[in-house]
Amino acid sequence: MNEKYYKQIHFYGRLWMFCALLLFIAIPLTISLSLDAWPTFGEFIKGYLPILTLFGPIAIIEILTYSPMLGVGGTYLGFITGNLSNLKVPCAINAMQNAEVTPGSDEAEVVSTIAVGTSATVTIFILFLGVVGFSQIMPILNSETLAPAFANLLPSLFGGLAVVFIAKNVKIAVVPIIVALTLFVIYPGIPVSILIPLEALISIGVAWYLYKKGKI
Amino acid sequence: MNLDYVKNNLLFLVGCIVSVFIIAQSIFFINKAYQQGISIGMSKKKLNKVITQSAIFTIVPSLSILLTIVTLSKALGLNLPWIRLSIIGAITYEVPAATSAAQVFGYGIGSSINSPLAFATIAWVMTIGSFLPLILIPLFLEKLQGRIEKFKAKDKKFSEIFMNALFLGMIASFLGYGIAGNTSNGVVYGSIISILCLLTSALVMIIMGYLIKVKKITWLENFALPISMLVAMGMAIVYYNVLPTEIASWLIPGLL
Repeated sequence: MNEKYYKQIHFYGRLWMFCALLLFIAIPLTISLSLDAWPTFGEFIKGYLPILTLFGPIAIIEILTYSPMLGVGGTYLGFITGNLSNLKVPCAINAMQNAEVTPGSDEAEVVSTIAVGTSATVTIFILFLGVVGFSQIMPILNSETLAPAFANLLPSLFGGLAVVFIAKNVKIAVVPIIVALTLFVIYPGIPVSILIPLEALISIGVAWYLYKKGKI
Repeated sequence: MNLDYVKNNLLFLVGCIVSVFIIAQSIFFINKAYQQGISIGMSKKKLNKVITQSAIFTIVPSLSILLTIVTLSKALGLNLPWIRLSIIGAITYEVPAATSAAQVFGYGIGSSINSPLAFATIAWVMTIGSFLPLILIPLFLEKLQGRIEKFKAKDKKFSEIFMNALFLGMIASFLGYGIAGNTSNGVVYGSIISILCLLTSALVMIIMGYLIKVKKITWLENFALPISMLVAMGMAIVYYNVLPTEIASWLIPGLL
């Protein structure tokens, strides 16, 4: 592992995150200043508490699950730009797979950071174009004809991603897939933030067992 | 009062600054990683390919993020949802966060918010509500990474298997969601349609693999996953229109 590179990325990552915090605070601040509308502490807390109790644990779980997948640079970038499970993580997985790098290696760290950075840049451009050309683009994107397509984006994305990954790791894949499918039938409302770490643990457990038995 | 219209220029400017910030940060990290890649012996060709593939892959999911802006724009106008979804924001977070703050003032997010105080509170809640990762990551990521590195050094072979298992855990979860079907704008797209989409995408990917590996059509590599995704999404429209309604909206009992 290249110590110097990682030290540098941690340093700059923290610096960018700190700047991001300041910039993001400036958004509601600008709104409050320009509208001269300041919520009282009570009003803010009433809206904030349900979000903290719901998304606080999710944030911790997401960091633990996604940061090993995204690598150091990818984590600093990905958590500032968001849309992790539906965009950044699949994008990084796809890039690492195509570049044929070993997950967790120095090469994977490089590929993941470039993938997440590129993805964030492209998203920013598309959102900008979408907002500027809102009246022209939205009737098409939001049309009833296209609705079933966008409603099924995630299965359409993960079907293709899964087939390559499963083919390479059939032995490890069987149990987690069966568990995920069964869980959905037994407990349909299971939130993604619980299911993903649970499945990751099951999958790692199966891999460990098979590894110890010399099957993989 | 239409707040989006009144504050259009100012919020639009803030959105532009946020966008420039994200692009600058991305380019900074891409550049660092690119230099590092070269120094550990990766070819420019390989690294450039990562950029091209990731850019192409991102287009369609980004369009779906645009649709979340539409959902939120009914209540908040265009600019605030745009800014929020450019940073940290994820579909699963922004809508509940906005709803929670709107409810304090008796609003939903289905109609226009015409109180400046409610609008400002929503902006504060959406922003502060998403801060936790920005505080935890600078504090703990280095320690976490140190632990992972130690673990990797102990058993190199298993550490590789471990990473694959982690990815598989995530993929298996989304396959689970694949059978769940979903509701969009009050229309139920049932389990059958999402299962068919999963299978279509997988099948197209297998065909892509065949064309790339066996028929040596290597330029397809950049498009394999985006094409699989697009074909499956296109077929979703066909399935929805061709299948009888009771099948198209059928859900595994208890789902949704």
